[in-house]
Amino acid sequence: MSEEIKKDAVPKVKSIKKMREIMTAYYIDAKTARQNNKKVAWITSGGPVEPLYVMDVIPVYPENHGAMIGASKMGVGLCETAENMGYSRDLCSYARADIACSTVNGGPIGGLPEPDFLVCSNNICGTVLKWYEVQARYYNVPLFIFDTPFCHTEFSIEARHYVEKQVLEYIDFLEKMCGKKFDQDKAREVLDYSYEGQRLWREVLETARSKPAPLSAFDAFFHLALIVTLRGTKTVVDYYTELIDEMRQRAADKIGSIPNEKYRLLWDNLPVWYKTKWLSDKFASHGACLVADTYTSAWCKQLDYIDKSDFVKSMVDCYTMIYLNIGVDQMVDTVKGMVEKYDVDGIVMHSNRSCKPYSLGQYDIQRMIQKATGVPSVMIEADMVDERSFSESQIDTRIDAFMELIKQKKG
Amino acid sequence: MKILQEFINAAQDPVIYARENNMEKKKKLIGYCCTYTPEEIIYAAGAIPVRLFGIKSGIEKADAHLQAYSCSLVRGIMEDALLGNLDFLDGMVFPHTCDTIQRLSDIWRLNIKTTWHNDIMLPVKLDTQSAREYMEDAHAKFRRELGAWMGTEITDDALKQAIALYNRLRSLMKRLYEIRSANPEALSGRDMYAVVKGTMVMDRKDAADLIEKLVAELEQKTPPVQGNARRLVISGGICDHPEIYDLIEKTGARVVWDDLCTGSRFFEGLISEEGDPIKALAARYSNRTICPAKHASLTLRGDNLVGIAKEHKANGVIFILLKFCDPHAFDYPFMKKMLDDAGIPSMLLEVEQELPSAGQLATRFDAFIEML
Repeated sequence: MSEEIKKDAVPKVKSIKKMREIMTAYYIDAKTARQNNKKVAWITSGGPVEPLYVMDVIPVYPENHGAMIGASKMGVGLCETAENMGYSRDLCSYARADIACSTVNGGPIGGLPEPDFLVCSNNICGTVLKWYEVQARYYNVPLFIFDTPFCHTEFSIEARHYVEKQVLEYIDFLEKMCGKKFDQDKAREVLDYSYEGQRLWREVLETARSKPAPLSAFDAFFHLALIVTLRGTKTVVDYYTELIDEMRQRAADKIGSIPNEKYRLLWDNLPVWYKTKWLSDKFASHGACLVADTYTSAWCKQLDYIDKSDFVKSMVDCYTMIYLNIGVDQMVDTVKGMVEKYDVDGIVMHSNRSCKPYSLGQYDIQRMIQKATGVPSVMIEADMVDERSFSESQIDTRIDAFMELIKQKKG
Repeated sequence: MKILQEFINAAQDPVIYARENNMEKKKKLIGYCCTYTPEEIIYAAGAIPVRLFGIKSGIEKADAHLQAYSCSLVRGIMEDALLGNLDFLDGMVFPHTCDTIQRLSDIWRLNIKTTWHNDIMLPVKLDTQSAREYMEDAHAKFRRELGAWMGTEITDDALKQAIALYNRLRSLMKRLYEIRSANPEALSGRDMYAVVKGTMVMDRKDAADLIEKLVAELEQKTPPVQGNARRLVISGGICDHPEIYDLIEKTGARVVWDDLCTGSRFFEGLISEEGDPIKALAARYSNRTICPAKHASLTLRGDNLVGIAKEHKANGVIFILLKFCDPHAFDYPFMKKMLDDAGIPSMLLEVEQELPSAGQLATRFDAFIEML
């Protein structure tokens, strides 16, 4: 690395401790659900979680689990276990790691609590459908599929009707699973918290518009867990309110996420969970901060579609129009918007073998962004959990070359 | 056999065949790459649906748009399009299939100048009332949009005629499979493959007429004394490889049925000829044997495969899966287990559109078939 990074130069983010406590408490709740007469539902990261909170069901996210497996570098072992079960190495590493983890006593938190039922929305990919089928067979529990037709160029009236009917079917399904009625007052409350949580998450992320950015994409990867897992609860609202204060203070004090921010970059795709620190340090050594990303911001894009007076309609629009369920050209518009908003000098694209809806189309996005904004980008070939697909020396060289280009461009 | 030659020509180079064979007919040609395409509506509109199979090797241009972990079928189709080989197509339709074809549609729309581009957003789950209703709505929407683009109303009568034709075509193709299951020597695997693939690019009426003749001819043949050839079923997505059938047959075994998108999944499931044609069509596409990118029940594909193997007295099953095809790769372990539980041996062959050497394949087939 070209420059020594002084760790002490940046004071620690105080909120991190609280965040860890919240997540620990959440997983203890989930793991002791049975003792407390509560149901556990496994749900996809883009799935409609609000109805679960209305029904007092504890949502558990195998994808969040996948991220933890990746971050704790347990991905390769679990992926290999899945491969021995007959699952191809080319399949999504979240899915492989999770499927394997169900059959062994292990993983970073000793496995997930067993589900009472599964909720799968294919708004993020077709992979989750197959993955949840595997788990529904394994645990022999009901599977609710929330089928959101892909919006290449439009969200048609026909598709809208279909999704609307499914919101009602989903509520029926939950009433059956839980043996109680869906409480409309509670629904309004949960939707309010969901809206507020997303609004605050957007504000958290937008603090990175300050120069230097008090928060980087790598920080956002960490703080993201709450908006994903606890969206719809007061906990999220309280936590992000504090986090915003802390970030605003840091911005006012000119404390950047990295010690010496000279260049501002945008990250595209899921994190490389087992290499976040390495990547963060690598970019920091060039004075480059990843100030924003398309991944964590996906959990506040839905804000535009929430109509607080209409729970069903909000569910329809929010969950069908999410980032991975739209056409490549609409993704380009989003990226372009972020380039301007965060005053970005370059884009780092993670071509993620595990995530085809996110990665296929990146080459075109790269070209279209370059043409529209002149902002250059670099492609990193890797995988979010399976470390065998990460070639450190190759990526190291590629980042160095890219940063040279940025430096020449910016001077 | 003369009848076969037409299919062989069409299957050998479907792109050239579709283009040239259509010159006199002057019908519009609509490309597609998934058997969930409602071909019947396209045919009723007076156009011909043309299934794309893609270039198998030497992919270069597509690499600028699709990562190496996209399946070789999709990369091959994109290569064909980028080379201009598909410029003759008047339209291209993309039913929602898998994550890769989903993005292929976007990339195609942004890079290839096809006159008409349509995404048919079918439901992914098929086992609920609302999904069935949406299936109807999606078909009605496609009928409306295709009619508008072609400047013609696609009438109920035209749809009913197309449905009758497809019922005839599918029944005949199934009959051909049945003849072969009863007498595997009647038609080689390579020829059977040519009939199925050729049909997918020919004017479907011509294809049906020819298959009818072929069936009549084969039905006259007296079946030989029952041999003791090992009977196999092939399962997977598409198997666009006549060589594979040759190599299997060289071992003395015969493919007696399949569970392929270019096979039984294309012809199974007739359409009701009563009542509203769109409702009838939608019902067929909701009820047909599913592709793994769809959901109907947790075990349906396994039940179906075990059923096929038993019905056709198969000694074993060969899974031929395209590398990077996620839906099939996810289903493989449970389907294999269901075969194991039923006492039916199976082997897995993961291939790309460009096959490994014949020697390598032969060794694997020999080892498996010897064990049966």
